Amino acid sequence: MLEVQGLTLQITVDGEPVRAVSNLSLNIQPGRVLALVGESGCGKSLTAQALLRLGEFQGVKKTSGKILLEGIDLDAMDRESLRKVRGGKISMIFQEPMTALNPVFSVGSQIVEVIRLHLDMNKQQALARAKQLLHDVGLQQVEQLLKQYPDSLSGGMRQRILIAMAMAGDPDYIIADEPTTALDVSVQKRMIHLLRNLQRKRNLGMLLVTHDFGLVAEMADDVAVMYAGEVIEYGAVADIFEAPSHPYTQALMQCRPEANREKHATLKVISGQVPAPGRWPSGCRFAPRCTKKIASCTQNDIALNCWQSPSGDSSISPSPHMARCLRVAELQ
Amino acid sequence: MTTVLQLQSLRKSFDRGGFWSKSDDRVAAVDAVSLTLKAGKTLAIVGESGSGKSTTARLAMRLLEPDHGEVHLLGHEITHLQGKALRAHRKNIQMVFQDPFASLNPRMKIVDTVGEGLRVHAANLSKKERVARVAEMLELCGVNPEVMQRYPHQFSGGQRQRIGIARALIVQPKVLVLDEPVSALDVSVQAQILNLLKSLQQAHGFAYLFISHDLSVVRHIADEVAIMFAGRIVEQGSAEAIFATPHHPYTINLLNSVPIAHPDARQPIDAVEVLADQEDVAQSGCAYRLRCASAQHDCATISAQALLAQQPCACIHPCIDE
Ligand SMILES: Nc1ncnc2c1ncn2[C@@H]1O[C@H](COP(=O)(O)OP(=O)(O)OP(=O)(O)O)[C@@H](O)[C@H]1O
Ligand SMILES: Nc1ncnc2c1ncn2[C@@H]1O[C@H](COP(=O)(O)OP(=O)(O)OP(=O)(O)O)[C@@H](O)[C@H]1O
Ligand SMILES: [Mg+2]
Ligand SMILES: [Mg+2]
Repeated sequence: MLEVQGLTLQITVDGEPVRAVSNLSLNIQPGRVLALVGESGCGKSLTAQALLRLGEFQGVKKTSGKILLEGIDLDAMDRESLRKVRGGKISMIFQEPMTALNPVFSVGSQIVEVIRLHLDMNKQQALARAKQLLHDVGLQQVEQLLKQYPDSLSGGMRQRILIAMAMAGDPDYIIADEPTTALDVSVQKRMIHLLRNLQRKRNLGMLLVTHDFGLVAEMADDVAVMYAGEVIEYGAVADIFEAPSHPYTQALMQCRPEANREKHATLKVISGQVPAPGRWPSGCRFAPRCTKKIASCTQNDIALNCWQSPSGDSSISPSPHMARCLRVAELQ
Repeated sequence: MTTVLQLQSLRKSFDRGGFWSKSDDRVAAVDAVSLTLKAGKTLAIVGESGSGKSTTARLAMRLLEPDHGEVHLLGHEITHLQGKALRAHRKNIQMVFQDPFASLNPRMKIVDTVGEGLRVHAANLSKKERVARVAEMLELCGVNPEVMQRYPHQFSGGQRQRIGIARALIVQPKVLVLDEPVSALDVSVQAQILNLLKSLQQAHGFAYLFISHDLSVVRHIADEVAIMFAGRIVEQGSAEAIFATPHHPYTINLLNSVPIAHPDARQPIDAVEVLADQEDVAQSGCAYRLRCASAQHDCATISAQALLAQQPCACIHPCIDE
């Protein structure tokens, strides 16, 4: 299991240190897909990067909390072990596919390099594995492709190659940050199916960062909804879609054009915007935008409470349904 | 109902460029595109990346000159106008771009960005009158006018997109060309912008040429839909008709690509085919035939253009089963 325990991240805004993620905990289990959703700027990418200690390069500081990989603290690892973990145990697929491939090396040499970094293989074996990986992600004329440079490939092909590269070191966990947003619709759907297939076949644990509920519906087993640096709702995907319980999740689901099928209907909106780090209000951070708030909402910090035992067949959906809202029970 | 914008058989090709290209190696980014936009209505153009949507928009705006065909704006042919003559018509057609971060000049205050069109098209206004009009327009677009002395970087994506809309609408155009106006935004902000566009249209009768690849958005906002593939329109009709009874295999494929709205609609994992990318475009006959599951012999020889002149769909074997 890949665990995040009480993660708090600090960034610098106008020279002042401010919290951007606070006391956040998540579990990514083998064979399951956990979606991390929320509006832009709520801290999803910062959280994802922290799982591989990548934020450290961009002035993001972890002030408390732990990342545990199969029980081992990432902070306790030296540079060499960390390098092995990145791509070997945990792989990442980034938000911008176009920038993640190196334009000056051929596709083949880039994949082979990753394979040899993580697996004990000679050049011949690595090349064979590279071909197999490209084949697995649905690419054809693999021999030819290995010799090509990223520039000569379409967006869809590049994204497939990135997925192949993420699989190259035979990882147990994948962190995918908006893996399909840069692609057009027809390619998106194929990519979603490809990721789902690989994830199931290899029993991967996956953290899927997105603000697209369509992608969540297609892929996730569990969902964590993030708002202003913290998780405000957590549950099995069916529970989140059937009975979203935090007013923020409810409002977010209602904004989608799909939820407003009546022709020419006015879409529901959430007034205001996500408060920037450093501007979080006290009490419930969503309260200023919440139509259901009462006086006590802004007085004290609110805990993420389990308010409903798992619905349906508990052997399939063992996830508790939790929400960070004082009124959660009365509002259902 | 009056036609405000008419595109007739537009063609635009570009040099493929690059060191190895031959001089005749040109791709038609847009070919034989004809569209009619009525006053107060929304016409959506949908299609995959590279299908020619933005090129069509830029031809309509006369930011590009077509190789062939005509552009009519409010009954005037503007296809080859230049300079001052063109500028006089620009007042009637304005554009909003996809990227709210790149489309505003970072060194200009909001008041100057939004008021720019007035300088050109209403030069007789005093500075005071201009600022008053900017304030009014920002208010209408849901931006607090108090912020107009600020610079773009101080605004969120949604606010910047509102500012982009205010900038386009301030000269009171009849037609607004919107190239992926909500694609870069969150669902919550997207809903605000779509509502804004709708209410402005209802109150002021603007016509929208609305480019998007998001079909749930198109379904919500469009009256008419044109589906583009490889530079051509392959199917066209009312939004109701396109979504309820699509005929062209490409349209059907596109509609099937819409992400599901609920986890219950997931296909079982073994039924999920992992298809290879097929990005081929046929150079003769129907351009879609190399990817089409229902392609037959005669698809290689038909003229899609001639078909589209007779029926709303450029396919010789359209899907007509209910
Ligand atoms: N390296 C950094 N230094 C300073 N601030 C940062 C840094 N990275 C992110 N931030 C800020 O932290 C907040 C959270 O950013 P993050 O990228 O995690 O958002 P997100 O939820 O991934 O949003 P999106 O959906 O837009 O990708 C934002 O306000 C952002 O501006
Ligand atoms: N100025 C240009 N010079 C050369 N080729 C161009 C130019 N503008 C567009 N093209 C080419 O014309 C074709 C159509 O491009 P266009 O930008 O209209 O597509 P689009 O449908 O808007 O795609 P997207 O969804 O990616 O924005 C593409 O193959 C593109 O590479
Ligand atoms: Mg992000
Ligand atoms: Mg475009």
